[in-house]
Amino acid sequence: MKILICISNVPDTTTKIRFVNDNTAFDTNGVQWIINPWDELALTRALELKEGSSGAIEKVSVISVGPQSSEPTLRKALAIGADDAIRVNAEPKDAFAVAQQLAEAIKDEGYDLIISGIESSDYNGAAVGGMLAEFLGIASVSSVSGINFESGGFQVKREIDGGSEMVAAQTPFVAIIQKGVAIVPRIPSMRGIMQARTKPLKVVESSATDNLTEFVDYELPPAKAACKMVDPENMKELVNLLHTEAKVL
Amino acid sequence: MSVLVYTENWDGKFKKLSFELVSFAKGIAEMTGTSVTALSIGNVDAEELNKLGNYGASKIVEVKDDRLNHLINGAYSSIISQVAEKEGSSVVILSNNNTGKALAPRVSVKLKAGLVAGVNALPSSANPFIIKKKAFTGKAFANVKVKSDKKILTLNQNSFGVKESGGSASVEAFSPSLNDADFKTEVKDVHKVTGKVLLTDAEIVVSGGRGMKGPENWGPIEELAGLLGAATACSRPVSDEGWRPHEEHTGQTGKIIAPNLYIAAGISGAIQHVAGISSSKCIVAINKDNEAPIFEAADYGVIGDVMQVLPALIDAVKSFKSEN
Ligand SMILES: Cc1cc2nc3c(=O)[nH]c(=O)nc-3n(C[C@H](O)[C@H](O)[C@H](O)COP(=O)(O)OP(=O)(O)OC[C@H]3O[C@@H](n4cnc5c(N)ncnc54)[C@H](O)[C@@H]3O)c2cc1C
Repeated sequence: MKILICISNVPDTTTKIRFVNDNTAFDTNGVQWIINPWDELALTRALELKEGSSGAIEKVSVISVGPQSSEPTLRKALAIGADDAIRVNAEPKDAFAVAQQLAEAIKDEGYDLIISGIESSDYNGAAVGGMLAEFLGIASVSSVSGINFESGGFQVKREIDGGSEMVAAQTPFVAIIQKGVAIVPRIPSMRGIMQARTKPLKVVESSATDNLTEFVDYELPPAKAACKMVDPENMKELVNLLHTEAKVL
Repeated sequence: MSVLVYTENWDGKFKKLSFELVSFAKGIAEMTGTSVTALSIGNVDAEELNKLGNYGASKIVEVKDDRLNHLINGAYSSIISQVAEKEGSSVVILSNNNTGKALAPRVSVKLKAGLVAGVNALPSSANPFIIKKKAFTGKAFANVKVKSDKKILTLNQNSFGVKESGGSASVEAFSPSLNDADFKTEVKDVHKVTGKVLLTDAEIVVSGGRGMKGPENWGPIEELAGLLGAATACSRPVSDEGWRPHEEHTGQTGKIIAPNLYIAAGISGAIQHVAGISSSKCIVAINKDNEAPIFEAADYGVIGDVMQVLPALIDAVKSFKSEN
């Protein structure tokens, strides 16, 4: 069995978001890039499954569509424990183009389980995993909050409104994960960082693809009015404000 | 030509979010000079279906099939695409909830339709088609142009509002063509918690952070939530510690919510937490630290100890309820 994790390279979650060129481009100045938080959890869980599988899961790979500048993120994934990495050498334009490029790169590689994060924390498309499954013509299960490997197959836990379901899917399939598959992401060990330098990182060129959407420009949310302070001894006043001023009670 | 909206049902019933979706679809149909077709999959009775007409659907396509009792991404997205083709729909609308996130990407590929996920408002222009969406987990908005002829949008819950238009709709049954390849997943077991207000549906949310000090102190949060008909939520470390279930984790890596009122008790207001709640219509923060960043996100603030402020707030809500 082989597992593949799709990795998105995103700005650190504490990044202050700014734009340049008349608000048409994200200001990458001084931005720290990280593995998309969900993808990090996916990788963590895949490594746990591999380690607990007595050899049945032979390999955990990672893949990302991105320019050369995104390679440190893939190296970090290798340092955390992935066995090898693929970088599709292209600027990620939109989810459709990225999914198509991923599908192109992996269609003959025989992965049994492909995992993607529910969304990437930058453009919040929530789309790559589902699109990839459709391009490959395979099943997808989304809102996945748990993955187990039992008697040679994968079982996933899917969150539904007010509960959860256990779902069996025919391999190969795409699991689109959210919080829960792992709680604390693994961090690279010193040894992992050393090994990552020599682990295979394959660069593939992408065949031309079309993006269907285009980011025209950006806006920051309007500034919030100052917070109105209420005396802790006077909760009647707060309730009154919520009722008459905010009109939410 | 039409705008197609997928209206999910919950045990045969629609929710406010379904009516909000149809209202939004109606807005787009008016901009593009077309009408709204709603697609319903599963067993929904005629009276319930007819409600959609009141929000702007002029036609309802109904699909019933016993194999569709659980969500199967392959089959459902195939049905939506078939109906979109049959109806000549140029815009397809789903909710940006778990179901919409599961289906919209697959439909996008099937129809070669550009997807904009997480929109809040009508497009600013229909031709070229430009629409605003959240980006950077609520820290910014992006104006996105869709270049393809067909478009797919997913609407954030509680962002557009419901608008009654007082119309009525015709209902038409449709039998999609499905094959084995559409049924590659199977639900083995279902686990449901009943009787709780769902966090994503809640109009009011009462949320606790690490400042609550421990799971044994959640009594006032639950009591206040009960009084207000609210859902309970928490910050990430609270769910990571196991004080509260993971479904309650709110923020960038948990649930993104937009209730009318969000009450944050003992939450510092880290950027990742605020990213998940900043679309709330009104935010109340209770924190003993007057420099806590949550006060920058809040509309009303109370500086004080949660263990004193919450009981006082509970009393005030009780007397408000008895007077109103
Ligand atoms: C990649 C990443 C993703 C993340 N995603 C999320 C996310 O989705 N959601 C999320 O919530 N966090 C997230 N975090 C964590 C986030 O950075 C903060 O650590 C977290 O939100 C803090 O939780 P808290 O406010 O409950 O706790 P603390 O930061 O410990 O704050 C507790 C607050 O309670 C106050 N307090 C203490 N005692 C009392 C008292 N008796 N009465 C009144 N006030 C009191 C304190 O003044 C303090 O402000 C993420 C972090 C990372 C790195």
